[in-house]
Amino acid sequence: MTLNMGPSHPATHGVLRLSLELDGDKVIKCDPVIGYLHRGDEKIAENMTYNQFVPYTDRLDYLAPLANNVAYAIAVEKLAGLKMPERCEAIRVVCCEMARISSHLLGLGVYAMDTGAWTVFMYTFNEREKLYTLFEELTGARFTTSYTRIGGLTRDLPEGWLQRVETFCDGVLKTIDEVDRLLTRNGIFLERTEGIAPISKELALAYGLTGPNLRASGVAFDLRKDKPYSGYEKYEFDIPVGTKGDCFDRYLVRMEEVRQSVRILRQAIKTMPSGAWYAEDAKKIFLPPKAKTMTKMEELIQNFMLVTEGPQIPAGEVYFEAENPKGSLGFYIVSNGGGVPYRLRIHGPSFVSLSILPAIVPGNFLTDIASILGSLDFVMGECDR
Amino acid sequence: MDVLALTQKFPQTQNLAGQDMTTFAVNSTELADIVKYLRDEQGFDLLADLCGMDWKDRTPRFGVVIHLLSTKNREYVRLHAPCVDDAVPTVSAIHPGANWHEREAYDMFGIKFIGHPDPRRILMWEAYPYHPLRKEFPLAGIEVPFPAADVAAVTGQTVEPAPMMGGPFVSSGGHMSGAEPQALDQSWNEEKPKS
Amino acid sequence: MVKSDFGYNSKIEGEVIVTRADAVVNWVRSHSVWPMPMGLACCAIELMAAGGSRFDISRFGMEVMRFSPRQADCMIVSGTVTYKMAEVVRRIYDQMAEPKWVVAMGACASSGGMYRSYATLQGVDNIVPVDIYISGCPPRPEALLDGMMLLQEKIRQEGGSLKRTFRGRTVDTKIVS
Repeated sequence: MTLNMGPSHPATHGVLRLSLELDGDKVIKCDPVIGYLHRGDEKIAENMTYNQFVPYTDRLDYLAPLANNVAYAIAVEKLAGLKMPERCEAIRVVCCEMARISSHLLGLGVYAMDTGAWTVFMYTFNEREKLYTLFEELTGARFTTSYTRIGGLTRDLPEGWLQRVETFCDGVLKTIDEVDRLLTRNGIFLERTEGIAPISKELALAYGLTGPNLRASGVAFDLRKDKPYSGYEKYEFDIPVGTKGDCFDRYLVRMEEVRQSVRILRQAIKTMPSGAWYAEDAKKIFLPPKAKTMTKMEELIQNFMLVTEGPQIPAGEVYFEAENPKGSLGFYIVSNGGGVPYRLRIHGPSFVSLSILPAIVPGNFLTDIASILGSLDFVMGECDR
Repeated sequence: MDVLALTQKFPQTQNLAGQDMTTFAVNSTELADIVKYLRDEQGFDLLADLCGMDWKDRTPRFGVVIHLLSTKNREYVRLHAPCVDDAVPTVSAIHPGANWHEREAYDMFGIKFIGHPDPRRILMWEAYPYHPLRKEFPLAGIEVPFPAADVAAVTGQTVEPAPMMGGPFVSSGGHMSGAEPQALDQSWNEEKPKS
Repeated sequence: MVKSDFGYNSKIEGEVIVTRADAVVNWVRSHSVWPMPMGLACCAIELMAAGGSRFDISRFGMEVMRFSPRQADCMIVSGTVTYKMAEVVRRIYDQMAEPKWVVAMGACASSGGMYRSYATLQGVDNIVPVDIYISGCPPRPEALLDGMMLLQEKIRQEGGSLKRTFRGRTVDTKIVS
């Protein structure tokens, strides 16, 4: 029997369509149909300056927008050959880790909701609201932050913000402990997740999985530790690695990652350096400070040219991957000089996570599909772009 | 990575001296063999990305760019493979994850992958006649019939080009000019009315 | 209620309220709008946050988010509608039972938003008649609740006929109740 698990479905987490072939209750074939959220980001990028594209990066993985902003900014800065000051790097690390906590909280909450535990969803969403308040104070928007610019950030940290992040860290640990008590040894949850859709190490590498999905399958690869960027080498943290690669392992990896993120946050807050929060020597890339723009002629002209023509990035190509909550978000940028990229390719980790579905879903029951989809934790914005 | 071993085994590859990672220009006929060699002999076990490229002013016009990652040695390598008659051999037999990436490259550029098990469009619907990421395709799109005929009959909707209004408001789209900036789309401005 | 659709003095009339049937029906309908969340993209996250405990859409009787169109009253289109998804949105709208309303939440659903490209439908009102447009990218949950309250007021005004905008023209549709 052919069954269509359509684009509008509560368990598919966005607009994903699964074309299933069933034998009674067991799935024989699974063919995901994507593209229902394809908005043409890569074509739009060829017509926007580098800074104009930042809001579009927000909406790629819309559960952790700050992480996308940071990944994009670092990719373009690598192409321009810019070195960021330490304060800027530390603030970016704080942003990335908060985005990771936000994404994992939602992933865990929605996964629990799919397997039937509604309370967990309410708890994690409550915690995320506290994060939203912090984001709003920092960037002006609850999510879809558009916080980074090429060569730095939009603005410096508000006063007392870091103390509030510290308070939040204490709160989120309590919530994660509560979720742990509710789910990790819960018989129903274990029945629904343990042993379901195990992904072996070889399969994960063959399909190019990255992020928590890869680590749950036993490959200890984390871009923050193996190819550190934005000052991650200064912080001490562990990366959780699973053994069997089934749904339960993926859940455990995400739980532990939240705890490790809190660890990084505490270190970053304690050692936050002072100084410049943007690259002061990047005259053709970053806007001059407003005080000078409003009073000096040269800075006014520079501001005008940068806003209209875009940051002038030299010709070349770069591929940069950042450790986003869902996996490795990669930006491949080809520039012919000037303010507009020639080609901007976005490698979304959710695209890869979904491509493994035809290999792991067959053989499971129809009801397990919700569990598998929730454990892979994908976002259609990133997948379809 | 062992650059010398690769260039000795496949003498037609050219080291492009990439700035951020080792970059090679490879012959598309040898592409599958090189990827297999890199996976088996040099430890590049993860396919990081595979995308199509439209090199507007080059011949051949289309190409494929593959990024491979070695999780053990923690390094990347980039391969540029130009298309021959808009076609490139598939690497999905070596890295099954390339299956969907190649479908996307076909969907967006029209690059055919020889030996691909499932050559269908992935992001646009099957009946879409154009390849959107080609350089001559406008951002606003070209009018085509709506994908579902019955819905189109009820609503009278077609796939219309988006109203650009003279935008996107990006000036010159190239190098910083000394003159006053103008919008990228000059088909409609003060001298020329909208046609 | 601000406008009194009925006069009532308990000393004269006892425990009986006399009013128009329309007013009672509209009052009941407006206070139990069951949304069908057409959650497509980022706006869906703000919709979920409005359903969470901080903004609590349950105070309005709307926490019953029915994903089945047959059981829902109002379709909240939240997120970018692409041409590939547009036929699905229309089909689900057709499956909803009268009376039904549509709320276009966010910039992408109202007009295509910042995605002026080949693949994005420039506004969901090209394929379904929309009652309320909520601006924002994404609109705050407070803005969504404000839009839903406007919808409640619109429902209360219904007097056997419905005015909606469809493809830029105002269309008179009779509701079958």
